[in-house]
Amino acid sequence: MKADLQFDFLVDKEQNTMTIKREFAAKRQLVWDCHTKSELLDQWFAPKPLTTKTKFMDFREGGHWHYVMVSPDGQEYWGRMDYQTIRPIENYTSLDGFCDDSGALNPDLPRSNWNVTFKDIGTRTLVVSIISYQSSEALQQIIDMGMKEGLTSTLERLDELLLTFN
Amino acid sequence: MENYSVSLTNTFHALADPTRRSVIARLSSGSASIKELAEPFDLGLPTFLKHIKVLENSGLIESKKVGRVRTCNLKRETLAAAEKWFDEQRTSWESRYENLDNLLTNITEKDYES
Repeated sequence: MKADLQFDFLVDKEQNTMTIKREFAAKRQLVWDCHTKSELLDQWFAPKPLTTKTKFMDFREGGHWHYVMVSPDGQEYWGRMDYQTIRPIENYTSLDGFCDDSGALNPDLPRSNWNVTFKDIGTRTLVVSIISYQSSEALQQIIDMGMKEGLTSTLERLDELLLTFN
Repeated sequence: MENYSVSLTNTFHALADPTRRSVIARLSSGSASIKELAEPFDLGLPTFLKHIKVLENSGLIESKKVGRVRTCNLKRETLAAAEKWFDEQRTSWESRYENLDNLLTNITEKDYES
């Protein structure tokens, strides 16, 4: 990350919500395109070392993006983002969830609500993403799943964490 | 399995208070009685018990009464999982946004060349 670009990651304990604020050194139209065109999303959406591939994209209200994030050893994590409201280059809202390679949602896992806003800050663009779960139980379920699948390893950092409480 | 569906809201509320964080830190070196836990604090017992209740409701600690002594234990998995998960979310967003910085730089440079 360029040193002077704002990055905030906030957790709201009451609302089961994460708010991610990030500036980008580019015009709003281009940053919007990167969030809404699959050929561009494929080039950044998955965190390293994973890569993104789009199976299907229909960016309109009621449409969805069906994608997979692939790890270096070939493990696939399928996701589906259903678009609810779209105000071009200003805001979109959507529902993200876990699915299979056919796009069928996993009915046992809660989905997250996304509310993504794009603002001009001079020649830069600020993106504010609010990601929320419906209840603390829903969020807990996602965390439990992460633990079960080994996505979240459990105790290794705990002692470090406890030190910060002293 | 009883009450494993612990509320994260509670987890973070529980950790927001310095007295409760001290209790957690103390319990990390082993179980302790309510009396032992309350000792370092200049709080009335009812107030201190409220803190213990919050920690219990959050799933961060559990307590057992044997005879007249109530002993508390840390439930490490609750604490570790929630903290770790948010930490990993943050790292994921940092990483994907670094990818996006690079993509934006590439696209912008290409535009200048053409």
